[in-house]
Amino acid sequence: MNTAVIAQYFFITTTALSALAIVLSKSVFKAALWFLLCLLSIAALFILSYAEFTAITQILIYAGGVLVIILFGIMFTSKLAAKPLLVESTNLFGGAVAGILTLGLLANLIVDNLKNTTSVENAPRAVEAIGILLMTDYTLPFEVIGVLLLVTLVGAAVISAFMKLKRQ
Amino acid sequence: MIDTLTMMILLGAFLFTTGVVIIVTKKNAIMMLLGIELMLNASNINLVAFNQSHPATIDGQMFAIFVILVAVCETAIGLALVLRVYQYYQTSVPDELNELKG
Repeated sequence: MNTAVIAQYFFITTTALSALAIVLSKSVFKAALWFLLCLLSIAALFILSYAEFTAITQILIYAGGVLVIILFGIMFTSKLAAKPLLVESTNLFGGAVAGILTLGLLANLIVDNLKNTTSVENAPRAVEAIGILLMTDYTLPFEVIGVLLLVTLVGAAVISAFMKLKRQ
Repeated sequence: MIDTLTMMILLGAFLFTTGVVIIVTKKNAIMMLLGIELMLNASNINLVAFNQSHPATIDGQMFAIFVILVAVCETAIGLALVLRVYQYYQTSVPDELNELKG
């Protein structure tokens, strides 16, 4: 067992534990911080799987962008600025049943179907190949994503634009 | 000893399950968005892990990048809606939005 495998098991453990901590945490802010740890561990797993570009995208967009948006949302929706935004749990029985059923089904299928796989030691340099693919095979999705981002920008600005609107 | 590919796929299954449990049990809309993000990350882990066993192509990584971008759009619009609802109802708990109930 070499160092990369040990590191991979370590980051798999941190990802699973931080995901579990999100479920168990009472404060939304702490849940967002656990989510940050989860995202960074997943980025480390991507690097260990020879997917450097995806890992950098994950850190830049998820840990940099999405998390900041979520923290803004938490700050804007807490009633008192000094008090942490607490969240209550409901439907505990339904949640446990749904979780056990989903995990059991997926784990059963995975263990049954992934018995004879070969692991690969080396991969081609991905960044260069991704750049070429974006301009050749994936041009249409690339453009569509651009339009989607523009629509999101305009839509989010219009939806959250400041207007005096309050329930009577 | 389980090989690392199976471990990665099992981790994806675990993250997906956690997302489902968060969406079912938590009351706050922002926590539900966190659950959806966890489920999207589970799909990304699957894509990257399976891409590693086919090193000649990198389609899995491309798909993962597109999934990340779509997730960003979803979060932005979702939080804009949450802020709008909060402005109007002074709450971000979906169960308390019962104006249309007869």
